[in-house]
Amino acid sequence: MNDRKLILDERGMAMVLSRMAYEILERNDAHGDLVLVGIRTRGVFLAQRLQALLKQIASLDVPLGILDITLYRDDLSHGTHHPVLEKTDISFSLDDKIVILVDDVLYTGRTVRAAMDGLMDFGRPRAIQLLVLVDRGHRELPIMPDYVGKHVPSSPQHKVKVRMREEDEHDSVTVSYTDQGQMD
Amino acid sequence: MKKRIFSRKDLLAIKGLHEDDLTLILDTAESFKEISRRPIKKVPTLRGQTIINLFYEPSTRTRSSFEIAAKRLSADAINISASTSSVVKGETLLDTVKNLQAMAPDIIVIRHACVGAPHLIAGQVDARVVNAGDGANEHPSQALLDLLTIREHKRNFAGLEVAIIGDIAHSRVARSNMHALPLLGAQVRVCSPPTMLPLRMDAFPGVRICASPEEALEGVDVVMMLRIQLERQDRTLFSSVNEYARRYGLNASRLKLAKKDAIVMHPGPMNRGVEISSAVADGKHSVILDQVENGVAVRMAILYLLGGMSE
Repeated sequence: MNDRKLILDERGMAMVLSRMAYEILERNDAHGDLVLVGIRTRGVFLAQRLQALLKQIASLDVPLGILDITLYRDDLSHGTHHPVLEKTDISFSLDDKIVILVDDVLYTGRTVRAAMDGLMDFGRPRAIQLLVLVDRGHRELPIMPDYVGKHVPSSPQHKVKVRMREEDEHDSVTVSYTDQGQMD
Repeated sequence: MKKRIFSRKDLLAIKGLHEDDLTLILDTAESFKEISRRPIKKVPTLRGQTIINLFYEPSTRTRSSFEIAAKRLSADAINISASTSSVVKGETLLDTVKNLQAMAPDIIVIRHACVGAPHLIAGQVDARVVNAGDGANEHPSQALLDLLTIREHKRNFAGLEVAIIGDIAHSRVARSNMHALPLLGAQVRVCSPPTMLPLRMDAFPGVRICASPEEALEGVDVVMMLRIQLERQDRTLFSSVNEYARRYGLNASRLKLAKKDAIVMHPGPMNRGVEISSAVADGKHSVILDQVENGVAVRMAILYLLGGMSE
């Protein structure tokens, strides 16, 4: 069984991102202290698009960092092989900054926990705010997003798939039902 | 996409590895470099793992490099040197290792004067074993850090000309590199006094033997100078240090034979004025300190990739 439902198309994703860019500006007074950090892989693409939007809307130059959370995962001792490590690139200090942490899908919260541990090794931010394109629920840790593109009620058997044209053929968010569910 | 995994229990030698294994270790090491530049140079990845550095031969660079790599990954590293251990009381290698195994280490890094010592203990312990140099056989982590340094400066190995000059016969660094470089597509030439060539150069097909350092240096992209192991010269292999320096040493005028953008490497410790002149060692072609920096990243990658094996 595999019925796929379209949650966001290209236009929908653009509108959602634009709205979240305004929300970032609305919520924070100190625009000069904002930095974006994207979680590999699609969090980075989302952060890049937000960076462009903030430039366009408010003429802000917001620094952008890239975070690979592999080294901070809590399941490293469970698998038989460590996953391939990609580069982290945060070339500025996070001391006293307002970090907008960006990921595509928020699910168990374990990725975000790992990402926050990683961020702390780059300094002491004034605040970390979490921005996700999709919140699908089923948290296993006490983690809450600050900006949500779309709430997608799902069961663990659902597979939420984000596609972005930087890596995929187009922009979309879909939900489908699988027998195995999804590892996040 | 094919899943990239390092599927070996131990890292004992370059010989027998595949190109994919080398590339995976190099890619992983490249990602690890950034950690050494952070304000907090530590990640929690190998928390709770114990790594024993068992060194039966003197070492500064390799031992401290493995120790720093382990600590930056949050593993607990214990150093044992032969001179301060039960070895001086006559304990055999296998007994020492079995006793260490009883303390449940996850990884044992070993350097030993005997060829095959790491292979011997790898078959006896559950811990993963990393060869940090066995006699004149192999020194895989050194070759890997050399590869990473070359790749950073030259991007690709295909078609690259690499000259290895010096005491090839006694050099585990040369052996590991003579296995690794052709595997990645580089052309290797070697040059040494005839007394310092391995008896069986046919073990390295594709490696060209040059009669003079001038021939070896002509148009190369990479020059790897080897240390003259003065402490191993109990048999006379050349007439004098001065003559060796004159005939085989790398100085500025000889280096002009290499390509304009050639890089000069040395695994250390250097005998300045013997195999390499100070002007070259400290000159603009030298990447010797890059090699040391890359050593930490490569060893982090090795420990990380091996540390992920639960069985």
